[in-house]
Amino acid sequence: MGFSACAGDFCALLGPNGAGKTTLFALMTRLFATRSGRIEIAGHDLSRDRQGALAALGVVFQQPTLDLDLSVRQNLAYFLALHGVSGRVAGRRIDAALEKLGMADRAAEKVRALNGGHRRRAEIARALSHGPNVLLLDEPTVGLDAASRASITDEVHALARDRGVTVLWATHLTDEVRDEDRLIVLHRGRVLADTTGAGFRGRRSLSDAFLDATGERP
Amino acid sequence: MTAYLVALRAIVAREMLRFVHQRGRFVSALVRPLVWLLVFAAGFRAALGLSIIPPYQTYITYETYIVPGLCGMIMLFNGMQSSLSLVYDREMGSMRLLLTSPLPRWWLLVCRLIGATAISVAQVYAFLAIAALFGIRVPPVGYVAVLPALVVAGLMLSALGLALSSLIRQLENFAGVMNFVIFPMFFLSSALYPLWKMAESSRLLHDISVINPFTHAVELIRFALHASWNGAALLWVLLSLVAFMALALWGYDPGRGMMWRKG
Repeated sequence: MGFSACAGDFCALLGPNGAGKTTLFALMTRLFATRSGRIEIAGHDLSRDRQGALAALGVVFQQPTLDLDLSVRQNLAYFLALHGVSGRVAGRRIDAALEKLGMADRAAEKVRALNGGHRRRAEIARALSHGPNVLLLDEPTVGLDAASRASITDEVHALARDRGVTVLWATHLTDEVRDEDRLIVLHRGRVLADTTGAGFRGRRSLSDAFLDATGERP
Repeated sequence: MTAYLVALRAIVAREMLRFVHQRGRFVSALVRPLVWLLVFAAGFRAALGLSIIPPYQTYITYETYIVPGLCGMIMLFNGMQSSLSLVYDREMGSMRLLLTSPLPRWWLLVCRLIGATAISVAQVYAFLAIAALFGIRVPPVGYVAVLPALVVAGLMLSALGLALSSLIRQLENFAGVMNFVIFPMFFLSSALYPLWKMAESSRLLHDISVINPFTHAVELIRFALHASWNGAALLWVLLSLVAFMALALWGYDPGRGMMWRKG
């Protein structure tokens, strides 16, 4: 499998369950490593310069990873400390990140008290707080209602467009991909298509094009 | 260098916060050794004759004898419990958050280890304080001298937990490991009875107990509580610490892929 994404791209990784999206993310975050293959993040080779690569990377995992008994702010502060940032600098970055995701007024709330949409926002804010060039999101809208799903999809698109963050957005939901997005279709661990949303679907709907390509039409 | 310390402080603080939130864990960690001390020891004292062995200079009661063993027990349980929370963290994903930090992985694991040990040491002091209220005391200097011994023993037992947690795939398997690790380690040691006493009944069990790292952790604490030095025990505990830590680092090596596979 091979592809590359440029700065400011919103790059959708579309694939059915088991296509290899989560494995790809585990490789990119170095939770899992192989001997063959090469991954470069913002110019840092992951196997040679793990620290540089991970510092340039923000990740939102499929499973929630917030500490429920801590406040939103404490969660972000813990994360920034893992990146070696503390004190006033951390405070400013937390404020900025929460502001971006419209979460500023919930900073002091315990995560347990937040709904699913707000928890996701807090996680995205956290993944942005250390100023990464690349943002990975593994099916970030799983389990959210339609309104939260739409607004989170919109906001992350805006992040890529307005702030030049490269976004890798893994999903199996075709309505989260737009015509102008980079689109990489994954199936059984291989790249089926590397194109744009519009280029892939042609005159069909994206959903039809996707089902045709993966041969999983019922 | 400061980035390392910032991360250390945050990880230890998180461990502490979690511990405070789980009040039940603190209480049970205290009740368990107190039951042994106040009930078991009282009944057992008549059955077991203790001779004078180092570091003791006079005849001692059985309660006095088992205090170091119970300190070790607190640390053993705590080491296993913190590794249980590591398995839980891994299933819940917060371990991923930790391990995707740009800091070196060995340092992140060492931070967890230090956090777990800090909690262990605090629990032991709480236990010693309650034991003192019931009149089971050691020489005052012992309470200070025991601190380094507790830190080393706590690190060793937490490293054992860390190593086990890296090798266990699921939470469910963990209960079995607790039974196969905690009970043999505790009973095949000098925590409840001196090893010479054990040798009278079985040479084999005595020999197993002699190589059990937990025995040496207990002896290290026992000697330190009486402000005496036990170099052999210290060496044995340190060697075990290095071995368990190496095993944990190997277990958490990304090339082995244990960190993300489920089930």
